[in-house]
Amino acid sequence: MPAIEVNGKSYETDEEGYLVNLAEWNEDVANSSPRWRTWRCRATTGEVVNFLRKYYDEYQIAPAVRVLTKAIGKTLGPEKGSSQYLYELFPYGPAKQACKIAGLPKPTGCV
Amino acid sequence: MTEGTAKKFMFVNRTAPYGTAYALESLEVVLISAAFDQDVSLVFIDDGVFQLKKGQQTKGIETKNFSPTYRALEGYDVEKLYVDQESLVARGLTEADLIVDVTVLPSRELGALMDEQDVVLSF
Amino acid sequence: MLHIVNKSPLERNSLAACLRIAGSGTILLIEDAVYGAIRGTTVEAAVKEALVRFRIVALQPDLDARAVADRVIEGVGTVDYAGFVDLVAEHRNCQSWL
Repeated sequence: MPAIEVNGKSYETDEEGYLVNLAEWNEDVANSSPRWRTWRCRATTGEVVNFLRKYYDEYQIAPAVRVLTKAIGKTLGPEKGSSQYLYELFPYGPAKQACKIAGLPKPTGCV
Repeated sequence: MTEGTAKKFMFVNRTAPYGTAYALESLEVVLISAAFDQDVSLVFIDDGVFQLKKGQQTKGIETKNFSPTYRALEGYDVEKLYVDQESLVARGLTEADLIVDVTVLPSRELGALMDEQDVVLSF
Repeated sequence: MLHIVNKSPLERNSLAACLRIAGSGTILLIEDAVYGAIRGTTVEAAVKEALVRFRIVALQPDLDARAVADRVIEGVGTVDYAGFVDLVAEHRNCQSWL
């Protein structure tokens, strides 16, 4: 069986590199390789998209990046509430790209 | 922009929400201006107070109901919303009829606030 | 503060709202609002009363166009377009009562 080594501990994986034992997952593992980071980003992308849909449903607008960043920090944790992080997730701009994925109209004031 | 250079912007809303585009346009300009970190306040006078009436249902007129957006203003750090008391009373409304928390002021106090502004935009 | 009104006070409440909200300053009547500057209307009393608190002026070309320049209320001034610009320049801020 293949395995990955993180901080001196070994984690068993399948042929494609997925963790065999889900319970072993932790932050160190998540940050251990670009691939893991990508997966984590995908999960967060989903969270952000869901957040945007909820925000739109409640307020009938797509939030400005500043507002999105602040609100994400509040609901998903401060480490995710930075524009740098959101730009990593959505390189074409959190407002435009994330809203597009979420199916929202272009944010007000977004040119 | 630094604290010292922030200007006082007041948006004066005097029209009802759906008969003309003024109310929606005002709200959009407010949201855009919020990005520039200015000292923004909104006042609602005359039929403008109807913009804030709770329970708007616009499906039947096939128009977007933008009244929930007033509740998003807090997230944009736009927290100064003033309503003319006389206008409210003249329309049979009370604060409890409004979709957001506002400061209700007598007419002349609104006028004094208006005097203090650097820029006043009317809709 | 300069208050600019452009609607007839006989049709709309723009001037009434201005007089109710504002405490002092200058009121400039333009377009149909110049009907508020003339004698004999139902708003004449309110305008005369307001002269205590405000400087009130009407735009001459709008008075001329409407053939009412000969009946301007005493105490209400008039300005031409250059005077309009001067008024805007000499006040710190301005509000348009649409």
